[in-house]
Amino acid sequence: MSGLPAQAEEVGADGRVLAPFGRRRSEVVANEATGGYRLVSVVDPEGPLPRAGQFYMLTGERGWGGGGARPYLPRAFSVADATEVDRGVRLSFLLEDVGPGTHELARLEAGEGLLLTGPLGRPFSAPGELNPDAAGAILVGGGIGLAPLALWRRELASRGIPERSLLGFRDRRHSGGLDLFRCSEVRLASEDGHAGHRGYVTDLLAVMLEGDAARSAAVYACGPPAMLEAVRALCEERGVEAELAMESPMACGYGACFGCAMPLREGGYMRLCVDGPVVRAAAVETALVEGAGHR
Amino acid sequence: MSEAVDLCGIRLAHPLINASGTFDAIAARRAFGDAVLERFPFSAYVSKTITPQSRAGNAPPRLWEEPAAMVNSIGLPNKGLEGFLSIDLPQLAELPVPLIVSVMATSAEEFTAMVEAVAGRDEVAAIELNVSCPNVHSGLIVGEQPEESRALMEALRPLTDKPLIVKLTPNIADPAAVAVAAVAGGADAISLINTIKAAPLAPGGEPWLGAGSGGLSGPAVRTIALKQVADVAAAVAVPIVGMGGVESGSHARDLLAAGARAVAVGTASFRDPLAAERIRAELGALEPAPA
Repeated sequence: MSGLPAQAEEVGADGRVLAPFGRRRSEVVANEATGGYRLVSVVDPEGPLPRAGQFYMLTGERGWGGGGARPYLPRAFSVADATEVDRGVRLSFLLEDVGPGTHELARLEAGEGLLLTGPLGRPFSAPGELNPDAAGAILVGGGIGLAPLALWRRELASRGIPERSLLGFRDRRHSGGLDLFRCSEVRLASEDGHAGHRGYVTDLLAVMLEGDAARSAAVYACGPPAMLEAVRALCEERGVEAELAMESPMACGYGACFGCAMPLREGGYMRLCVDGPVVRAAAVETALVEGAGHR
Repeated sequence: MSEAVDLCGIRLAHPLINASGTFDAIAARRAFGDAVLERFPFSAYVSKTITPQSRAGNAPPRLWEEPAAMVNSIGLPNKGLEGFLSIDLPQLAELPVPLIVSVMATSAEEFTAMVEAVAGRDEVAAIELNVSCPNVHSGLIVGEQPEESRALMEALRPLTDKPLIVKLTPNIADPAAVAVAAVAGGADAISLINTIKAAPLAPGGEPWLGAGSGGLSGPAVRTIALKQVADVAAAVAVPIVGMGGVESGSHARDLLAAGARAVAVGTASFRDPLAAERIRAELGALEPAPA
């Protein structure tokens, strides 16, 4: 690392790094194919270094709201990688071209502008905060949900906290996030059997949490709603503390629109953008989010 | 030329305020810190609507994106009058601008209790009345009926000297008739437009939103707002807060030219929390609209 230090970060109550107020321009420096996904990297000249689990609201400088077409609202993406570079902070986002917003993001070219607001939301908590007896962290990722866990793994490593990663994929096309886990020990599962265990990543987690292992576990999961729900249910059954990085459609990302309502176990709703996106598994009745299908 | 405007005796440093329910200043401070206070983009802050009792809000999904618009069906989640006064109001009082509290109730009795309690607080500069709700006694939506609106204002007017702003619904044939009735009953100002009723469908044809339908906002509604603001301005002499799809300085200028005293920014703030600051700068750089 060299050059100017990143913007001094202001930290909120729960360890979240506060965002500069307002939307700002970053510059795309890379857009690489990884499996069927794209890894879009930008340099954010003004922003702080985010914490793992936090997210950004992204708007393409070109092709957004143009001609009265969708996309109109920004799209939320958790940050997959963040490093200080000469001109600011390099941020990477893992995405799949599945709708009008991701379509515009997937075809960004180096030199183009990406407008962003962030980092936003609550990051992952340390294993010791989840479980005082935690021996380390167990990361459980599915598909594109590997993104925030990749940054979390790096943060844990820099703090000397041991981590084991269990990663699952539908098929080869949806395994692009694996590139983010270079040089680390991972256990794999795939539904089509192209890599590792043929089946679900939660099968691997169930084995890992057998017997006494549950007592010293702290689980962090991100992936499709059905996978998160399976992790949540398994951790509840085994009495394991877990955090889930969740997603929901949201218009603003900073608590203004109240669109990202997530039912709470105790009744009522939380706003996933300011009370999440990382939530304690025990706080929710289910990890199945309504409305995730509108892209 | 000074940017300042007078809204019923409240001095606003510039004409841009927020639309109720589109900027949560307390949540914004959690995300952005005290920069929200230091660089507050609005010249007055309008709270999210509060109701007598707390509300959890509607079941998700609550959002739908359209070309140049969005549909929301949030359902007025709020802490209720007591929770607002004890928890939210002290935090909102730290904002560097006048505070306008939006209230909704389902009867004149409940509205009376709300207005008395809110107007009694020194931190509150004015009250906006969200009348897009049914009266439990008549079953009619107050804001859709001139006589209901006039009767409600006549009941509330004696309760306080603070300005009472009536927020009109656009979902009627003649908003100006409701504005005239509300002013006759004692309204100090009119704000419009609220969202336009809309019902997006999921790909399979079933209702997408948890509550079945919601309200459309964003640039797609801007010309509707321009028409309704002009109609109301032609019918009443009180100040008007105009809103609907404002995304640029020229959009704000158009609403001011149509007769608005102040302009509210709503959906644009979702895309950029500092949209109003940019719109204000753009407005300041523009020539006034041709007469």
